[in-house]
Amino acid sequence: MSLDFLLIQFLNGLQSALLLFLLAAGLSIIFGMMDVMNLAHGSFYMLGAYIGLSLVRAFGNFWLALLIAPLVVGALGFIVERVLLRPLKGRGHLDQVLLTFGLALVALDFTHATWGANILSLQPPPELAGSLPLGPVQYPLMRLFVIVMGLLLAAVLGLIVSRTRIGAIVRAGVADAQMVGGLGINISLIFSIVFAVGAALAAFGGVIAAPVVGLKLGMDAETLIAALIVVVVGGLGTLRGAFWGSLLIGEADNFGRALLPDYALLSVYVIMAAILLLRPTGLFGKKT
Amino acid sequence: MSDQNTLMDRRRFLKGIATVAGTAAVGALIEACAPAATSAPTTAPAANTIAPAATSAPAATAAPTAAPTVLKQTGNVKIGLILGYSSVYAALGESITNAMQLYFDSVGGSAGGRKIDLVKEDEENNPQVALRKLSKLLDQDKVDIFSGVISSAVALALRDPLHEAKIPSLVSNAGANDVTRKAKSPYIFRTSFSNWQVSAPMGPYAADKVSKKIVVVAADYAAGHEDANSFMETFKKAGGTVLGEVYPPFPNTDYSPYLPKIKDLKPEAIFAFFSGSDAVNFIKQFSDFGLAKDIKITCPGFLVEQDVLPAQGKAALGAISVLHWAYGLDNAENKKFIADFKAKYNKDADVFAVQGFDTARVIVEAMNAVQGDLSNKQKFLDAIKAVKFNSPRGAFVFDPATQNPIQTMYFREVREVDGKLQNVVIGKTDQPVADPGA
Repeated sequence: MSLDFLLIQFLNGLQSALLLFLLAAGLSIIFGMMDVMNLAHGSFYMLGAYIGLSLVRAFGNFWLALLIAPLVVGALGFIVERVLLRPLKGRGHLDQVLLTFGLALVALDFTHATWGANILSLQPPPELAGSLPLGPVQYPLMRLFVIVMGLLLAAVLGLIVSRTRIGAIVRAGVADAQMVGGLGINISLIFSIVFAVGAALAAFGGVIAAPVVGLKLGMDAETLIAALIVVVVGGLGTLRGAFWGSLLIGEADNFGRALLPDYALLSVYVIMAAILLLRPTGLFGKKT
Repeated sequence: MSDQNTLMDRRRFLKGIATVAGTAAVGALIEACAPAATSAPTTAPAANTIAPAATSAPAATAAPTAAPTVLKQTGNVKIGLILGYSSVYAALGESITNAMQLYFDSVGGSAGGRKIDLVKEDEENNPQVALRKLSKLLDQDKVDIFSGVISSAVALALRDPLHEAKIPSLVSNAGANDVTRKAKSPYIFRTSFSNWQVSAPMGPYAADKVSKKIVVVAADYAAGHEDANSFMETFKKAGGTVLGEVYPPFPNTDYSPYLPKIKDLKPEAIFAFFSGSDAVNFIKQFSDFGLAKDIKITCPGFLVEQDVLPAQGKAALGAISVLHWAYGLDNAENKKFIADFKAKYNKDADVFAVQGFDTARVIVEAMNAVQGDLSNKQKFLDAIKAVKFNSPRGAFVFDPATQNPIQTMYFREVREVDGKLQNVVIGKTDQPVADPGA
């Protein structure tokens, strides 16, 4: 087992981890702050990818799609929060789960009806179409781009949450939303914004994932499950938990597949089970 | 062998446990989006009864026409379909159903003097769900003929109930060898292929024309292993060496953990079995990671079939595959079929469409042969067995021993024809290939 081999596997793990992070970050903060279990979060990811594809087809420009698709999906998220989730406030998780699950089904059927059942793919932009020689193989630039974007967004989000006023409000909201509202802050607007940003992040992930793993019906559920595991492992409501949880799960999954192919799907669940036993609130979750 | 079995079992068990949370969500998700049972229940009397006063019939759309006077079967013939209509297999189910409809329409929607009703159910890629759907088709809809099934696991699960219910059945995709071997039934025919048929012919061909040093890569489930084993058997016999075997899980989106391994084994070519989105991702990533430059691809045709080829793009160029059909196959039936399919659905036909088209034709011709009278089951089964015609894939005929088609297998290469990627026929088996049946 050469160093190159390990390096490539590490990069692969990092790349899938950072894609996961883009979903898990939103999922975790939304749950932590608004107490909403959003099962439609994978749909934002899927819609982002498909809308991105349509934009690329229409304008022939990947970068434009990368900018617009998250905005569109973010706006959609804003509307969903305002119009559908808001009235369910205080009605317990089951109602929310039913609603967001229903939304996921609608999104899936909408995608089926609009883009068809065939598997589609998105070409990487010409700037990222090549690959770098790396040991025995070539490493695709598109994947490196995913890694760079993921790290960049993680850093920016981290700074926003820890250093800005709005970040402080979000953190306070996770701790006690009602109290924040009582202090004269328009917490309901903050909720909508957080939900929209979460949706936009997922959509962004969808667009940059599309050239790497393609587009298909079912990509929503697949990714949502992985992201939920990350949230469980990392702890609810913390960005840091989402980040380290993603890294742990992404790398474990990748090395599990590469080194123990017979138990490929197991490593992730072993970690989740261990965390649940040893630290039920997750790596960075607050003690309850 | 038994050692391997326990290993497999344990792995499956662990996978099962591990995915409980996931499956619960996905299962429910997929289930809920199953297309509502189609074709409104008509009041036509169930096949074998003489029209009772339709008291319990819901909102009659078609009044029960002319109560039969003699004990001859009239009324619509109901064909129950279980195919993938949602999520990953949706494209396959759609293709098969569309092509069946195309053929039924071409004969005026009736066979043997009876109108054809299709009752569609989604198999959801889940044997348990499919079993439930089958009992609905049998008990509630009282279908006369059954057809369908994308997944081999589903096909094997439905085998016993179909056999026991003595329902004439046509498997229109699932390739598990056992469907027409160990688990064969006088009531079950297959119009598609056996996994052996779509991989064994590649052994000698690859050894002779591509390379004698090959790595086998296949999705880690029944079909992947059957294809890999069938290929390795004939490839080794033809003097080839298998440098290694790699089995990524099924389904899978990221093949990057496996690609460096394949490269390390330094093969001149690979034999790869994947289909659907796995096929797209494998081919694209194989090229992205620079393996395609000096490693040739040989495969069962599903890896680069028309349903995945557009998404794979140029990464698929040069792949050599074997299949019972090719888009570029030069015969009159194929040209007409491709043109008609395109005209009706504005989509290119693929091998699944051919299977659906032929399935519909087998049903119609057998029904015609017995003049729509399905009461004598043996007669109808014999009629199915005797059906012969020129299909888009060439001559179609059942092997009486296995009830699986005996068919010419075509070697194809992905090339660019008029700016479009296409599987071009570059050879075929000397003789039509019959599954060995054991």
